[in-house]
Amino acid sequence: MPTTLDAITETNSLRTVELQPGRTREARSLWSDAWRQFRRNKLAVIGGIYLIFLLFVALLAPAIAPQNPIKGDVKVAGKYRQAAWVETDNPKTTGSWDYPLGTDGNGRDVFSRLVYGTRISLVVGFIPMIVIMIIGVPIGLISGFSGGKVDNLLMRLTDVVYAFPSLLFFIIMQISLGETPFGKVLNGLVLLFVTLSIINWTGVARLVRGETLSLREKEFVEAARASGSSNARLIFRHILPNSLGPLIIASAFIVPGAIISEAVLSYLGIGLRPSVNLDAPFPTSWGQMIQAGGAQYRNQPWLLIAPSVAVALITLAFNFVGDGLRDALDPREQV
Amino acid sequence: MVEFLIRRILWMIPVIIAVAAVTFFLMYRAPGGPWDREKPLPTPVRATLDAKFGLDKPLWINPDEFGERWDAGDRNPFYLGQGFFDSRFFSYMSNVFRGDLGPSYASKGAESVQEVIAKKFPVSLKIGAVALVFSVLVGIPLGVLGALHQNSWIDYVTRVISTFGVAVPSFISGLLILLFLTRRMGYSPMRDPSEWKGFGVAFLLPGIILGLGTMSYMARLTRSSMIEIKRQDFVRTARAKGLTNSMVVNRHVIRNALIPVVTVLGPAAADLVTGSIIIENIYGAPGLGEEFVSSIAKRDYSVIMGTAIFYALLVAAANVLVDITYGLVDPRIRLDN
Repeated sequence: MPTTLDAITETNSLRTVELQPGRTREARSLWSDAWRQFRRNKLAVIGGIYLIFLLFVALLAPAIAPQNPIKGDVKVAGKYRQAAWVETDNPKTTGSWDYPLGTDGNGRDVFSRLVYGTRISLVVGFIPMIVIMIIGVPIGLISGFSGGKVDNLLMRLTDVVYAFPSLLFFIIMQISLGETPFGKVLNGLVLLFVTLSIINWTGVARLVRGETLSLREKEFVEAARASGSSNARLIFRHILPNSLGPLIIASAFIVPGAIISEAVLSYLGIGLRPSVNLDAPFPTSWGQMIQAGGAQYRNQPWLLIAPSVAVALITLAFNFVGDGLRDALDPREQV
Repeated sequence: MVEFLIRRILWMIPVIIAVAAVTFFLMYRAPGGPWDREKPLPTPVRATLDAKFGLDKPLWINPDEFGERWDAGDRNPFYLGQGFFDSRFFSYMSNVFRGDLGPSYASKGAESVQEVIAKKFPVSLKIGAVALVFSVLVGIPLGVLGALHQNSWIDYVTRVISTFGVAVPSFISGLLILLFLTRRMGYSPMRDPSEWKGFGVAFLLPGIILGLGTMSYMARLTRSSMIEIKRQDFVRTARAKGLTNSMVVNRHVIRNALIPVVTVLGPAAADLVTGSIIIENIYGAPGLGEEFVSSIAKRDYSVIMGTAIFYALLVAAANVLVDITYGLVDPRIRLDN
């Protein structure tokens, strides 16, 4: 299935402003125009608010979580305690608002783990996205701007990397490097960043190359060149800023992709390593919770429902925001 | 066109070499080996197994073998070169190009990786086929309906479904649907192995869940493409010359609107066939994806490598097919560059 990236690559839009005769309007920049457009899209605004909310949840996790996410006391908390509104005959498993979403097999509070899991999801979504940009944007710029042999070489490299079946490659990376000292840094978080960025930059490189190719032929770039701008100035003052719109849209779809990949890898048991450190900043991820929940959903359904819904909501929110950004920044592309 | 195709097909060779080389060296780094058991194997047994599978050879070049042959007075460059490259990497690669992906370690060599693939892949293929048929048969009509009744409740419902379908990964929807079915409907994901032979109902549920995303994507694509075509001049001309609404829609709008949809079929098909790893795992389908996941636990590295190469080949071939269909469906696209 072609990713949204492919769809974006095809168009490079210049916004046309219709002037009404006899009336002038206040000057608006492209960005303020885009912001107006974005605000009109209710779903995008809701998605954006939800993401900001999650950011606060992640930052304030210790204050929000009612229990410690790693230490569970089976004697008090009970094994597989049901969600708060479910009553059972056993006082050890009947729902209690001390454990809103119940507990897992180790007596750990599902809700607290969910709250802390927000941290990993956000980090694992955003950092690979940034790394992908750091790799993909320069390759696309150099390739598109210089053309010729350099372009050919870089694009062949991109083609080869693009051919890797990504999930399989993620799995191979995680298996082969997971046990190395490098793979154990921060419970495998650093390795996960590398894994999730190492092939997915190809989409960004192609996107930026396409933008650069069409922009460098545009009159304003030619004018800048004629007036003596250096190549660096052409790239950084003219080409890059004009490709920012599609890049921002692309990044809004890269983040949920990385979040899903982390969840899948953790579900397979080759994502992050479980943390044993009681005050670890990143104690658990939603993917790890799904893995545990998938095995135990018969005992305690919320072990599975809570993290699954959390992943579904965050990907929905990013998709809403991404769609809103696309409408706002790239009016011609309306898939 | 022919030249373009030949170039595209030849281009698959370096791609496969790269995929094979990278997976080979990554898997070599992987800890533990296929012979790791709870109780370590006795060293002689291990050595015999290693020798049998060529694991005692050096990793990628073999200067010792070269030296031995040289000292023995041999000067035949082919024979010497063969000794120099008598390594795990080069023998693996040359076998790959002969279609031999090596023995499956977990079966102790009783089964080759290509046999494992031949046995397991049909299940994945069938699940993928169900998913593709589902996404085409449901996605395209949904998109058409939405576009024909733009901004009506039908359109609204379609858009809600497709928005969710695109955003929520099949991995999550698969788990949640399974949870719902087992708890509320008394469904059991456990199936008799015989149900996965032939073409039975067993494939329906995993296929449909796998296809949810593609179905939604197709609905979206069809809708937006229809809406764009509806505004075109030739549609207005068709109406102006007095064609009935159904003729305009069937002959002019839908046909043209489906061009972009047809072009995504190829990548969608490749995606669905290779994308069932997690769905197979959740629904216990004995396909190649499930085999891949269980090979992780068994440390059956040759199966992991072989599957990765096989999937890469599949994706590369699908991409070539896509380029061909582009040209066939839309004559405006030329394949010269």
